[in-house]
Amino acid sequence: MKDFIIPWGDDRDMGTPAKEGAPVTLEIDGFSVTVPEGTSVMRAAAIAGLQIPKLCASDNLEAFGSCRLCVVEIEGRRGTPASCTTPVAPGMVVRTQSEQVQRIRKGVMELYISDHPLDCLTCSANGDCELQDMAGVVGLRDQRFEAPEGGMRTHFARRDTSGEANPEYIPKDDSNPYFTYDPAKCIVCNRCVRACEEVQGTFALTIQGRGFESRVSAGGVGDDFLSSDCVSCGACVQACPTATLQEKSVIELGTPTRSVITTCAYCGVGCSFKAELNGDQLVRMVPYKNGAANRGHSCVKGRFAYGYATHSDRILKPMIRERIDQPWREVSWDEALGFAADKLRGIQAKYGRKSVGVITSSRCTNEETYLVQKLARAVFLNNNTDTCARVCHSPTGYGLGQTFGTSAGTQNFDSVGKADVVVVIGANPTDGHPVFASRLKKRLRAGAKLIVIDPRRIDLVKSAHVEAAHHLALRPGTNVAVVTAMAHVIVTEGLYDEGFIRERCDWDEFAEYAEFVSDARHSPEATEMLTGVPAEELRAAARLYATGGNGAIYYGLGVTEHSQGSTTVMGIANLAMLTGNIGRDGVGVNPLRGQNNVQGSCDMGSFPHELPGYRHVKGAEVRAIFEAAWGVEIDAEPGLRIPNMLDAAVSGRFKGLYCQGEDILQSDPDTRHVAAGLAAMDCVIVHDLFLNETANYAHVFLPGSTFLEKDGTFTNAERRINRVRKVMAPRNGYADWEITQMLANAILAAEDRPLWHYTHPARIMEEIAATTPGFAHVDYAMLEEKGSVQWPCNDANPEGSPIMHVEGFVRGKGRFIVTEYVATEERTGPRFPLLLTTGRILSQYNVGAQTRRTPNTVWHTEDVLEIHPHDAEVRGVKEGDWVKLASRSGETAMRAHLTDRVSPGVVYTTFHHPTTQANVITTDYSDWATNCPEYKVTAVQVGLSNGPTEWQEEYDALAERARRILPAAE
Amino acid sequence: MSHDKLIRMANQIATFFRSQPGSDQVEKVAAHLKDYWAPEMRADLKAQAADHAQEMDDLVRRALPLI
Ligand code: SF4
Ligand code: SF4
Ligand code: SF4
Ligand code: FES
Repeated sequence: MKDFIIPWGDDRDMGTPAKEGAPVTLEIDGFSVTVPEGTSVMRAAAIAGLQIPKLCASDNLEAFGSCRLCVVEIEGRRGTPASCTTPVAPGMVVRTQSEQVQRIRKGVMELYISDHPLDCLTCSANGDCELQDMAGVVGLRDQRFEAPEGGMRTHFARRDTSGEANPEYIPKDDSNPYFTYDPAKCIVCNRCVRACEEVQGTFALTIQGRGFESRVSAGGVGDDFLSSDCVSCGACVQACPTATLQEKSVIELGTPTRSVITTCAYCGVGCSFKAELNGDQLVRMVPYKNGAANRGHSCVKGRFAYGYATHSDRILKPMIRERIDQPWREVSWDEALGFAADKLRGIQAKYGRKSVGVITSSRCTNEETYLVQKLARAVFLNNNTDTCARVCHSPTGYGLGQTFGTSAGTQNFDSVGKADVVVVIGANPTDGHPVFASRLKKRLRAGAKLIVIDPRRIDLVKSAHVEAAHHLALRPGTNVAVVTAMAHVIVTEGLYDEGFIRERCDWDEFAEYAEFVSDARHSPEATEMLTGVPAEELRAAARLYATGGNGAIYYGLGVTEHSQGSTTVMGIANLAMLTGNIGRDGVGVNPLRGQNNVQGSCDMGSFPHELPGYRHVKGAEVRAIFEAAWGVEIDAEPGLRIPNMLDAAVSGRFKGLYCQGEDILQSDPDTRHVAAGLAAMDCVIVHDLFLNETANYAHVFLPGSTFLEKDGTFTNAERRINRVRKVMAPRNGYADWEITQMLANAILAAEDRPLWHYTHPARIMEEIAATTPGFAHVDYAMLEEKGSVQWPCNDANPEGSPIMHVEGFVRGKGRFIVTEYVATEERTGPRFPLLLTTGRILSQYNVGAQTRRTPNTVWHTEDVLEIHPHDAEVRGVKEGDWVKLASRSGETAMRAHLTDRVSPGVVYTTFHHPTTQANVITTDYSDWATNCPEYKVTAVQVGLSNGPTEWQEEYDALAERARRILPAAE
Repeated sequence: MSHDKLIRMANQIATFFRSQPGSDQVEKVAAHLKDYWAPEMRADLKAQAADHAQEMDDLVRRALPLI
């Protein structure tokens, strides 16, 4: 789609993809141009500033050469070659404009227009249509085809001139909630089909029929877009040069006139988008071509699911109440903040300095998170700060910190394009990290090998043109045994990279580790009974990873959310060090972060034991930096983590909580325990967009702002610091960083202490840069100039660090750590014979607070329980039946879906809907090192039921009561 | 805090460090508890040693004086 909005930086369509190669110099229209070998003449011309007319080419797709609008003359060559499919050659002399090519182009356009409706003025793509533009560029003034007798045969007229229905006419397909397909406008340029294949990798579209009859078709016969394999990523819509594939929002609101570059607030891929608007009305979100994480691609969430920002459920006024059984009362900001400050100060006076704390959110910006942890450390004067990353990637922090010396993925996303063997462990990228998955699938189609280690047959194991070389379908909870067995194979078969280990790692620790893993009890044969993974398959996978070239590991919460989560992370780091797969392009260890700013919230010192930049609070020199900046004394002892806060609340010692952008009641394990903890507190402050589940237990509600309404930065899974830009004014009145500052100041003023005076998030970033070595060179001016930067960005790495541990490990020598398998205490038995594991799906996002408030619900209306047909049969469960799911913590009910994606003995569900309350089931077992909850393994029983459980019904009633809002007193 | 939970958590830590080479497992358990557990949690754990010592991993018991 052409860019009719003043671009931020150059994001013109250059016609064909960039190439790498030796420089080639040629002449185009008298200008000399030098480009890499393999570049098309079209792209070379575009680089010289000469736009050759085109319809079927786009620079994110390989050239196709079907429209012939891009013909040129080349000296010494016969005819008029298509410039998109003709590579440059040294000394070539090209003319892009001549009488002959003009004649040809006009002829091409006439043919197109003869079968295209001429209702441009009322067309939804008016002003944003490449066909229209090209008609203008080639100077098309009339259309000379004579209509044969009986009128022209077209594919767009509903009826022919005699009034008969036109058999060629196909009505509009409105089935997708976000875009329409109007075959009447299609010029069959094939761009959508290629975008779905090359960019997205879903292969949902084909061209059916030949010649005049050819049409784009989604799925098979009888399918529409919704029922096809289409995942609604929007790539085809963006590729379409006409109104054929068009966003419904543009049809409804008109073409946008201004744009702002910002960052998606959903997952850890951190895609860059152009928010396109009219005034302050958001018309659409278009993936930004220069976004280094996504390179112009997106998924359904970031591209389309932003409607929650204007949803009627959003709370826009602050509210308070004395007790949680009372209805909410809308009050002024002053009153709400004064009320909150009084309560918190009262609690601290009565129960001590450590009786209150904060929870920061991985959805919020770096600047906001930084302020929230500062609120705990500099205003409450304790270290009771934690983040929802506790419940997802805290083991990554511990595990990678211990082995490599820093808590972060080692690569950028581009790196996957250089990988030869990709290992995906406990992650489901096509659902959780879709844009990364598209980039991975592209690489796999080009020949890289894939190993999937997951209890469930995720889509990547086998999908269009992608098939895993090995799928190790392990029993939930046996990650450490599998990873250690892989190391056993690599060490005992002598497949390790001795040179790398000698140079980069501690050799003595390696020797101890090698002795440990070589023990026969770690062999795949010995662990097969335990893990359920066939020994030969595991051996083959280990050999492939060790010897198949660049080996890259990507892992997710299926690794971390276990009682041995940290151990598995260390085991993964061991594998990478053993095989020398670290410190260069195409390799590495990469945690796929769940939420948009998991990386950032961890970087910003949200954890109770460390200050920003992963520096333990016990370090006096680190404390001194912040003590100087903040003018307070910082507690040298670690504070409470989320589960510890709740435990302390139940035992009466923890009484006040400020919870920003995080719904702990729905997302944390063992819901009853969380509810008991919250109910025991005297002051719970929820700062969020909606009355979430936690707010049922809150006394103060501070309405939050969406990512569209504030400035800041998010740091994605590749450590990339991306700007979030304010697209519209906050509907609730304030950006979230302002609200935290107002709360801090309400307390500070009452205590006669100096106030905070941040005027813009850029000022907060200055403080971060001044105090945190990895961010030393980061500032907003730099982000404006470079677009984004990957930390560490400091004197040693002024341009940032796309890849880490290049010269040596951050901690010096890489450390091998012995990883002994320890069975979780959560065991199956006669009462609870099945293992439940959890995950998420593409269209919904975590607890679903946002995505449930968008049309994305058409893809996922409720959470269902996946169960193997065998397990279902012995329980008399049929497809769609209501089943009760019980564990020793509690029980819930949902519908069953029979599938062999899960192995016998394993059941699976998502946790996107509050009514399901999947966390009523999960237990309070947790990772040994970090207390990250063991979401991924719960022993359960499944039985038929009649519908929702009593708990679900009671909870619904309670939630309804807790959400009452008194009409505002006038 | 409830003793079964704290002791279980401490025992998990001990189990990990028992598997590590070297002769300083007790120190490592103590260091981990000091680095990641708030002082009140450590105090609770110590207090629980009086009544529940038999439920504690030996490494935890020996680490208590160091935390
Ligand atoms: S929206 Fe994405 S998945 Fe669907 S047809 Fe278009 S490119 Fe393919
Ligand atoms: S739908 Fe659009 S992109 Fe696809 S073939 Fe038709 S005109 Fe081209
Ligand atoms: S949800 Fe993730 S993959 Fe999808 S657009 Fe947003 S950042 Fe990109
Ligand atoms: S743009 Fe070159 S043939 Fe269509």
